[in-house]
Amino acid sequence: MQEDKSIIEVSHVSKYFGEKTALDDVTLNVKKGEFVTILGPSGCGKTTLLRLIAGFQTASEGEIRISGKEITQTPPHKRPVNTVFQKYALFPHLNVYDNIAFGLKLKKTPKQTIGKKVKAALKMVGMTDYEYRDVDSLSGGQQQRVAIARAIVNEPEVLLLDEPLAALDLKMRKDMQMELKEMHKSLGITFVYVTHDQEEALTLSDTIVVMSEGKIQQIGTPIDIYNEPINSFVADFIGESNILNGKMIHDKLVRFCGTEFECVDEGFGENVPVDVVIRPEDLYIFPVSDMAQLTGVVQTSIFKGVHYEMTVLCGGYEFLVQDYHHFEVGAEVGLLVKPFDIHIMKKERICNTFEGKLLDATHVEFLGCSFECAPVEGMEPDTNVKVEVDFDKVILQDNEEDGTLTGEVKFILYKGDHYHLTVFSDWDENVFVDTNDVWDDGDRVGITIPPDAIRVIKITD
Amino acid sequence: MVKKIFAQAYLWILLLLLYSPIVIIVIYSFTEAKVLGNWTGFSTKLYTSLFTTGTHHSLMNALINTITIALLAATASTLLGSVAAIGIFNLKSRSRKAISFVNSIPVLNGDIITGISLFLLFVSLGITQGYTTVVLAHITFCTPYVVLSVLPRLKQMNPNIYEAALDLGATPMQALWKVIVPEIRPGMISGFMLALTLSIDDFAVTVFTIGNQGLETLSTYIYADARKGGLTPELRPLSAIIFVVVLALLIVINYRAGKAKKK
Repeated sequence: MQEDKSIIEVSHVSKYFGEKTALDDVTLNVKKGEFVTILGPSGCGKTTLLRLIAGFQTASEGEIRISGKEITQTPPHKRPVNTVFQKYALFPHLNVYDNIAFGLKLKKTPKQTIGKKVKAALKMVGMTDYEYRDVDSLSGGQQQRVAIARAIVNEPEVLLLDEPLAALDLKMRKDMQMELKEMHKSLGITFVYVTHDQEEALTLSDTIVVMSEGKIQQIGTPIDIYNEPINSFVADFIGESNILNGKMIHDKLVRFCGTEFECVDEGFGENVPVDVVIRPEDLYIFPVSDMAQLTGVVQTSIFKGVHYEMTVLCGGYEFLVQDYHHFEVGAEVGLLVKPFDIHIMKKERICNTFEGKLLDATHVEFLGCSFECAPVEGMEPDTNVKVEVDFDKVILQDNEEDGTLTGEVKFILYKGDHYHLTVFSDWDENVFVDTNDVWDDGDRVGITIPPDAIRVIKITD
Repeated sequence: MVKKIFAQAYLWILLLLLYSPIVIIVIYSFTEAKVLGNWTGFSTKLYTSLFTTGTHHSLMNALINTITIALLAATASTLLGSVAAIGIFNLKSRSRKAISFVNSIPVLNGDIITGISLFLLFVSLGITQGYTTVVLAHITFCTPYVVLSVLPRLKQMNPNIYEAALDLGATPMQALWKVIVPEIRPGMISGFMLALTLSIDDFAVTVFTIGNQGLETLSTYIYADARKGGLTPELRPLSAIIFVVVLALLIVINYRAGKAKKK
């Protein structure tokens, strides 16, 4: 079947800019005719991946194939792809017609054919009669339409779109989204679309590729990604969610927020710490009754047009709830969640683990610093050890000088009753911290680890 | 009211002072007197004798030399400067800053220093000085100005358009010709104009590189002529013609710039 044939095969591709890793061992297959969206926050490597496929940059490692042909080192003008750029990148010295005809003229297409194709492309993007307009006289939306026409007129096998709608206003963006989807349907070519807008990704795609820090986190259909996020990053990035620490008691029974809940997940083992994800629209809210699994007090309530968005405090845990019904701030309410709306994720880690070296009985070196630790017995100095530190034992300080080492807050996850932070230390290793203090993304912090929080573990081989 | 009159008067006096020398030359180009300042009645004899073959052979030769040298030097430095600007623009930020700095040194350096150093260079290499060395010298000091007028155009350019051209199937060479060059053309034209005027104007560098084979440009001719005792009267109509030509060029350039802005 043609449908199942991969048109783009990216295998084990890495890209380094100096010391910085932009892409880390990325493997991705795009099927013919698919609408694939590469989604991620800025700096996650999504644009780099697109540029590697387009050929504007070459991979440091790995292989890229298009239609089965190896093109890792092929220059862009020899690849069967065309790109729509974020800032349109129309040629300002040419009018609309000549912009669109640019590619065809290079291929020495007969003049009459060019005329016909340009007209068809303009019709496709709804810009008939704009042929002889100056591109500078067009609005942003019109320029982007011309840019799309300029790309599709060449009938590429793959159309690459680099945040094409990012520069447009909301209303225009929504209209263009619909038109792009229509275009994809009628052209039948493969679209690879890069965006940081999760809503756009959910609206447009057949397949979403979620990226973070140069790595692919999850590949799946919009429904899969939304309902079954693979880790807390994806859950937090796609839509809104309540992410809580929980414990899998046994199959189909999970405990969180001091209560046991039935769920549908199994195979995690018994008494295993897990992350629990509940979408705010999956929580039922009602006046306190016997049905309530949790009871709490409404903290805030905001009207969002279709629904109300409320935060409910239940036994120290904050839940985000979306519902058509309005409850006053201060009202006592009951919450209920159905078993299949509870999504369980395996925890990526349950504590910080570092490679270290024992210096003497009370000092251990890791993260490029020497730390005091509780006296260690039965190990010689200079032995390599594993060091474990619980998330909630790490202390973050405002004043960078106060910390043993420094770092930058990179990713913040609210876990209902505390924040789970990823701090990128200056030793280039992540330190994960649970805290009740409010930090902002990008804050510079000092990191301190008290001696009794450091567990030194002998490496047994 | 009084303030306004003063403001107006200031402006007119300033313009008068600025332009009176050239106005005087233009006025006295229409009389036959040998000495500037004597008015012996209106005549266009100086103009006709300027263009009569034979009479002012060396002056016309110097003029032709000046113009051909300027055209050659401006063309070469426009090509070299534009290519250099594209190269500099594509460097990493650190080396770009370094090269831009090096590029601006010849601009700020005194002409006399450039002249002497080129003179020493040609002598030490054993090159006979003449037409070629003058052209080379002019290319040398014009190129940095072209770089300076092309670079801003590159910075204004949407950085994706080169990639867009490649993406649409253009080879790097085609992308350069069809996309980059049209984008930087205004910078190239103003660079060319600048090089042209700088070359016509130059005396210090020319005098050191012109050699002693009897080659003269306008500036060296006038200098030699003035030292021989008094300026040839025909210089007056020549100056007047050059002034009018430059004025016309300036008007055309400004008109183009104004039109581009409106667009």
